[in-house]
Amino acid sequence: MTIYNGACDCGKISAKGVNLHYGSFQALRNITLEIPQCAITAIIGPSGCGKSSFLRLLNRMNDIINGVRVEGVLQLDGVSIYDKYVNVVDLRKRVGMVFQKPNPFPMSIFDNIAFGPRQHGINNRKVLEEIVERSLRHAALWDEVSDKLGQSALALSGGQQQRLCIARVLAVEPEVILMDEPCSALDPIATLRIEDLMRALTKDYTIVIVTHNMQQAARVSDMAAFFMMEEDRAGMLVEYGSTSQIFTKPRDKRTEDYITGRFG
Amino acid sequence: MTRYFTDRLAKYIVSISGAVSFVILLAIAVFILKDGLPAFKEIGVFDFLFGTVWRPGQEQYGILTMIVGSVVVTIGSLILAVPLGIACAILLAEVAPFKVRQVLRPCVELLVGIPSVVYGLVGLVLLVPAVREIGGNGFSVLAASIVLMAMVLPTIISISEDSIRAVPPSYKEGALAIGATHWQTIRQVLLPAAKSGIGASIVLGMGRAVGETMAMIMVIGNSIVFPKTPLDPARTLTGNIAVEINYATGVHESALFATGIVLFIFILALNSIAVISLKRGTHAQTLT
Amino acid sequence: MVYIWGGGFITVLILLVVIGYVLVQGIPSITLDFLLTPPGGGLSGEGGISTVIVSTFYLVVVTIVILVPIGLGAAIYLAEYAPDNRLTRLIRYGVETLAGVPSIIFGLFGFALFVTALHFNFSILSGALTLVCLLLPTMIRTSEEAIKSVPYAHREGALALGVTRWQMVSRVLLPTALPGIVTAIILCIGRAIEETACLYVTLGGSAAMPSSLLSGGRTLSLHVFYLAMETRAFDKAMATGAVLIITIIAINTLTNWLSYRFQKRMRGTA
Repeated sequence: MTIYNGACDCGKISAKGVNLHYGSFQALRNITLEIPQCAITAIIGPSGCGKSSFLRLLNRMNDIINGVRVEGVLQLDGVSIYDKYVNVVDLRKRVGMVFQKPNPFPMSIFDNIAFGPRQHGINNRKVLEEIVERSLRHAALWDEVSDKLGQSALALSGGQQQRLCIARVLAVEPEVILMDEPCSALDPIATLRIEDLMRALTKDYTIVIVTHNMQQAARVSDMAAFFMMEEDRAGMLVEYGSTSQIFTKPRDKRTEDYITGRFG
Repeated sequence: MTRYFTDRLAKYIVSISGAVSFVILLAIAVFILKDGLPAFKEIGVFDFLFGTVWRPGQEQYGILTMIVGSVVVTIGSLILAVPLGIACAILLAEVAPFKVRQVLRPCVELLVGIPSVVYGLVGLVLLVPAVREIGGNGFSVLAASIVLMAMVLPTIISISEDSIRAVPPSYKEGALAIGATHWQTIRQVLLPAAKSGIGASIVLGMGRAVGETMAMIMVIGNSIVFPKTPLDPARTLTGNIAVEINYATGVHESALFATGIVLFIFILALNSIAVISLKRGTHAQTLT
Repeated sequence: MVYIWGGGFITVLILLVVIGYVLVQGIPSITLDFLLTPPGGGLSGEGGISTVIVSTFYLVVVTIVILVPIGLGAAIYLAEYAPDNRLTRLIRYGVETLAGVPSIIFGLFGFALFVTALHFNFSILSGALTLVCLLLPTMIRTSEEAIKSVPYAHREGALALGVTRWQMVSRVLLPTALPGIVTAIILCIGRAIEETACLYVTLGGSAAMPSSLLSGGRTLSLHVFYLAMETRAFDKAMATGAVLIITIIAINTLTNWLSYRFQKRMRGTA
């Protein structure tokens, strides 16, 4: 699979010298990497080394936390994300997120998917129905729920709920989809379905996924970034390259140790 | 875009509500102080708190009789309510089978919601004549204490029960595993462990007792005297305020507000003790 | 063991005596006539409680209409918008403290501010405003708890879709917390009905039909008090008390049922 196939033309993320502080605690130090568009980039590493924190930087979900401070340059398609004049709400529309534990709203399946578009001003029932169908098809869930769109989303299985959350994100037409360990709460069969879904989505979206599961990273991603924790518990980027290179010919010894399971 | 406008607007409106609440809270403090402090100045704190004669007509404003009245009635109610309340709490938390608990617990919660005047009414109609049989004219500290006990019981029961339930199951299992009987476990392990919560419930019950007004007016007799026996009438601080505020003016009125300040400070102290003791209890449990 | 069962038994006994006695003595006197005629006054307490019922209703409605926007708004503010600084902590401390203050002190405040300073005199307005102050801590506390009990994941999920904060609050948070908020409102209604002390000094004792916000009035609880203290009509007092108790039981049951529904909704089985 080539990386730059040009089918989608946006969603490139670049980070230069990014530091993240929670109050007096530094969570990330000097992160520099380029996430290519329309590919899957996996962020791997042992627990607590800031992988999720980095992910949340990309759609500014960290802003909700008190005492957060970000330094360095973080850009989406060449435009700085952390500029004072950035419309955060719009950013989060362009950079969507799927969470570790599926979190459908306590509403019907239809209302869940239609939620985003409705808040963005789309009220026409026919248009909403189209969007809902399109998103559910894209998320490989349409066949299973098309006859029960009015049912509560909480009645679905874990794997279905997670695909619902993905459909919910797709409905707002993002450029980038962030996934924070999306399969860790799911059984192996549901996991495989979501991995298939991810590869299908790459045609139109940039995907960044944080995962604990190295086999998953190896199966699914095109690029891989290995994070680790330093002595002062700040996270840093050890190595970044194409997945095949990282997993077969890692340049850094620490990467090699982690890949071969000597720690982590 | 209109949704950003709405967002902004909502933020302002909501912040104003928060501010309004704060302003009200502040206003209450200000008004009561404003109207009460002149009394302290005119009468002198010592004379006010410890004076034994309350005769506004003759410019005498000592509230000691009423302090005693409130204290006696409160202690009386607690003497009755605490053993009963703790017993009932143990019953609900440990002993009673599920079905019994399903009936009893809502009953206790219902008791909390009964208006004080209903307690007062029953006290007036049933208790006062009964006490009259024993001696005096029935309107007495005894009757008031019993009525107050009924009002304070639900508070003590529900908070104590919650505290007993909150004791980590490992304590109970540990005791039973070394062969203690259920009752021994309760008495020597659970109760001491829940002691701060139970203490808090008693303190909160005390607060409720001190603050009770209408039921007291109905059964305590409202005589401004020192009660020497449980059969004597008395007057509580709260009763004094309610009964005289409608026609009081000048220093008299200010003195009633000053009584309010005294009450407020006392209850504030009680509530703070309860909160601290509850916090200490959970802290101690998380340490172990 | 005997001690424990004995304690429980006596508690039930007290409950039975208080509630049972009033109901047994009072219900027979609750006729349609009683509910529909105004009280006649006088030592034997003729008449019924029609004006009292109307006054109570009027008072509660006015109180709730003022209380809910302010209390809910403040709850939303504290749960979602308030920064974590000293002012916020001060506000919370104030709310917690006021929750424990006895109602007679609110009565004093109401008397000083609404009845006297603002010249509303003894009126439904004074009583309602005093009740609002009394119930504000309860409304704020209970609503805030309801809002806070919505799982954090829903907030995150909504914000991550690119919606404004208010959209998240109004379209996800509040609808989900609604049963809890409604419970808070009903709780306040119940407390307003049972309140006596603070209304005693702000409503005045008029037993007439209230014609405006500035008329005086009497609530059911106050009526029981006046009947007991000023007349010999204990049967009427019992009857009024019975009406009160039945109302409160109904409200309690409603609240419990709503709480139950709220739990079910949170667990996704509604």
